[in-house]
Amino acid sequence: MTNHWNDLQNTDCALIMGANPAENHPISFRWLLKARENGGKIVSVDPRFTRSSSQADIYAPLRSGTDIPFVGGMIKYAIDHKLFHKEYVAKYTNAAFLVKEGFDFKDGLFSGYDEATRSYDKTKWEFETAEDGTPKRDETLEHPRSVFQLMKKHYSRYDVDTVVNVTGTPKKDFLKVCDAFCSTGKPGKAGTIMYAMGTTQHTVGTQNVRAFGILQLLLGNIGLPGGGINALRGESNVQGSTDFGLLFGDLPGYVGAPKAIPEHATLKGYLEKETPKTSYWTNKPKFLVSMLKAWYGPNATKENEFGYQYLPKGNKNYSHMMLFNTMHKGGLDGAFLFGTNPVVGGPNAGKEKEALSHLKWMVAVDLWETETSAFWQKEAGSDPSKIDTEVFLLPACSSFEKEGSVSNSSRWMQYRWKAIEPKGESKADLEILNGLATRIKKLYKNESSPAAEAINALHWEYGGHGDHPDIDVVCREINGYDAVTGKLVENFNALLDDGSTVCGNWIYSGFYPEEGKNLSKRRDNKDTGGGNFLNWSYAWPMNRRILYNRAAADPSGKPWSKDKAVIWWDGVQKKWTGYDVPDFKAVVAPTEPGGQSPFIMMKDGVGGVFAPSLNDGPFPEHYEPYESPVPNMFSRQESNPTIMIFGGSFNKRGDRSKFPIVGTTYRVSEHWQSGSMTRNQEWLSELSAHMFIEMSEELAEEKGIKNKDKIIVSSARGEITAYAMVTKRFKPHIVDGKKIHQIGMPWHFGYKGFATGDTANRLTPHIGDANTTIPEYKAFLCNVRRAD
Amino acid sequence: MVEMNINRRQFLKLTGATAATLAIVELGFNEKEVYASSKELKIAKSTVTPTICCYCGVGCGILVHTKNNQVVYTEGDPDHPVNEGKLCSKGTTIRQLYTTEKRVLKPRYRAPGSSEWVEKDWEWMYERIAKRVKETRDASFIEKEGGIVVNKTERIASLGGAALDNEETYLLSKMMRGLGIVYLEHQARI
Repeated sequence: MTNHWNDLQNTDCALIMGANPAENHPISFRWLLKARENGGKIVSVDPRFTRSSSQADIYAPLRSGTDIPFVGGMIKYAIDHKLFHKEYVAKYTNAAFLVKEGFDFKDGLFSGYDEATRSYDKTKWEFETAEDGTPKRDETLEHPRSVFQLMKKHYSRYDVDTVVNVTGTPKKDFLKVCDAFCSTGKPGKAGTIMYAMGTTQHTVGTQNVRAFGILQLLLGNIGLPGGGINALRGESNVQGSTDFGLLFGDLPGYVGAPKAIPEHATLKGYLEKETPKTSYWTNKPKFLVSMLKAWYGPNATKENEFGYQYLPKGNKNYSHMMLFNTMHKGGLDGAFLFGTNPVVGGPNAGKEKEALSHLKWMVAVDLWETETSAFWQKEAGSDPSKIDTEVFLLPACSSFEKEGSVSNSSRWMQYRWKAIEPKGESKADLEILNGLATRIKKLYKNESSPAAEAINALHWEYGGHGDHPDIDVVCREINGYDAVTGKLVENFNALLDDGSTVCGNWIYSGFYPEEGKNLSKRRDNKDTGGGNFLNWSYAWPMNRRILYNRAAADPSGKPWSKDKAVIWWDGVQKKWTGYDVPDFKAVVAPTEPGGQSPFIMMKDGVGGVFAPSLNDGPFPEHYEPYESPVPNMFSRQESNPTIMIFGGSFNKRGDRSKFPIVGTTYRVSEHWQSGSMTRNQEWLSELSAHMFIEMSEELAEEKGIKNKDKIIVSSARGEITAYAMVTKRFKPHIVDGKKIHQIGMPWHFGYKGFATGDTANRLTPHIGDANTTIPEYKAFLCNVRRAD
Repeated sequence: MVEMNINRRQFLKLTGATAATLAIVELGFNEKEVYASSKELKIAKSTVTPTICCYCGVGCGILVHTKNNQVVYTEGDPDHPVNEGKLCSKGTTIRQLYTTEKRVLKPRYRAPGSSEWVEKDWEWMYERIAKRVKETRDASFIEKEGGIVVNKTERIASLGGAALDNEETYLLSKMMRGLGIVYLEHQARI
């Protein structure tokens, strides 16, 4: 989230799209209801009339996988009706930048496309630069090659009639949404967009979010209280775990992991290639060298590039689907699983389960026996005698049987204290990790092979008792300290690239600025203004609650409106001040160089209406889902031309003639993710006891299905059986004059726990977004029939 | 009536297995009678520890009441600025993460081809896992690729971690990357 949960109360209009907070983030909804008490509006756009929709002022249905037409239509509406915030757009975004001659877009493809590699030559999308290397700009936004005009041209094709013909949204509902949300383009108004996996789990997931970004920049909604783009995180620490580098491509703090390419062969080469000349990222060498000092301790010296060579360098995409594809081919021998259950939660889950049997060994760390750690059992449909995988199940304790912090969607790093000793022989993951690391290191102690050298160099001294590390030592290492004196650093501004500072994760540096002050433990709940609660816990970075808050003030440093003031320039004190920690160098005056560039992490200091770095184009363009019930009405490109296709028997593709119905997955309030944390609890299991498939009355009638009948849903990947739930919440979409049915199903169920049921993800495909490779769970083709 | 793994009577028994009276209190039976003694039964002399809910990303505050090495009660933290004492259905039942009979209480090992788990002690597990990691790592370790030092193994994967604490994810990232693991993924991807 650029903003935070309490800040939702400040919004004038909340557009909820690809999310259902009333059911999946129930407590967040209190703050939306407060916004409404203050006169704000709630808008819900969803294929299904959810409980969030039932609380909304405006509801608009759309067919799964048509978010870009919908938001593209809103962008056009804002431009055509001059509802955008012109000064904000001209000054704070790259809309005024000129794109080089030769940039083009034809029939669904941007310039530079190569069909053989399914990729673009992105040099065709570069900005035209002045002699000093900065992009040329036209703040009148009239130049035909300005981003603004190119954007206007691109979305001129997204007129209302074309949009609703593709999305299936009733025209009047679409216009109501445009009118309500685009009204926040006025200074003094702020609109927020709340999204979750309904937005991201598509082959165009990144571009769906980009479309939100463009709309919010046009309306001047980023940086303001009640504004922003707010991703609703589904897990208590999926924010923190990503911040700490648990996706293959990033080290802690979003410093890119080195790759096996010549430019990365040395630390010097890496830093030269990966450090931009402008933006706060010019400090990247300080962050990486300090992290290397944290990881390799005394073994990180100037002479050995601070241990840079010990870091693994990959040469391909190692993400979830590639991982399971490799595993299925026998390319992996061992796997660790920490509290994760891909046999229920992974795409094409039946195949992912098969893949596990190719492992020689698997270590599962969990509170429960899950469908994944038990994949070899008869109950799972396996023949144990034919599975040679050695399986270790290590019992972890629950969150209140240990201590440590988690980062919520607001980026608040909140501490959890230990309430009770771990149950039975279960242990904290911190202890388990330490137990494993120390024993592995011990086996290498007297060896000197390259494999031994790399692990022997890893600095692993965490004190504590027995296997349990002293968590305070870990906290100090994350925050950072002086390598010689051990004195904690105040924050990441103190980090250096000469090996004199140690810091495990720079974006968190500042949470532990001095002895005895771990700020994640703060519990002062007095509102410090604007609902920002600056003394409650710690928000990374630097305890900022609203990111890009400089943009809430005009170029001269005055708030655009008193009602939406966050920080402003105080000419007397000569610094930025207000209700939040400035997301800006506090002493840089608006008149100084850079004083009017609010997006300090961006190379050019402005928000990116045009994004020349993404794989599938600088503007979001509509492509149908990989499996779609209709042809693409915008161009001849059916699906995203840059997605990676997994062929063969591992991932069969469904055809609309056999599978004419759109399927999507969703969640219910009583269960969580793959269900292991809720189906093992008595009350929640009783509250929501059965797997079901939700469908419209119209589809039920066509198929002769009644409520509670047992039905079978099939896709190209498999079949599942469940109870039919016939509701008015789904209605057929009218797309290009044809009736398209959509069904939905929870993805929480499996064969373990008290409440059991078939696994929805046996139906979903191994196909993913062109940038992130997140699977397309939210729009796939299927069919339904009665079970008897 | 459709089938479920437990029927209502078994369900009551399950909850009652830990504390029969408490189960009745929390289910709302014999309300008046139990109310009089509930303070003494549950809250009195219990230790209260603040925690943050382990489910979604809202990060609500919860108070955990413990007594005699049992979790006797959990409730929304009234001082927490986001939830102000309120909780959803999942946060409300967080106590059962501790009390449920489904928790795994000892390390379990499944040998190749076997159809059952065998309970083992931690030390045995740690040592055996360390040995397997070393075997695989040593056999697959790539020091150089095209003249570039790469120090990696592409035959071990690590998945998961979104439910772990920050300090744990930090050690997980450090340990796995330190071992040279490149197949490093977690729930943010899916």
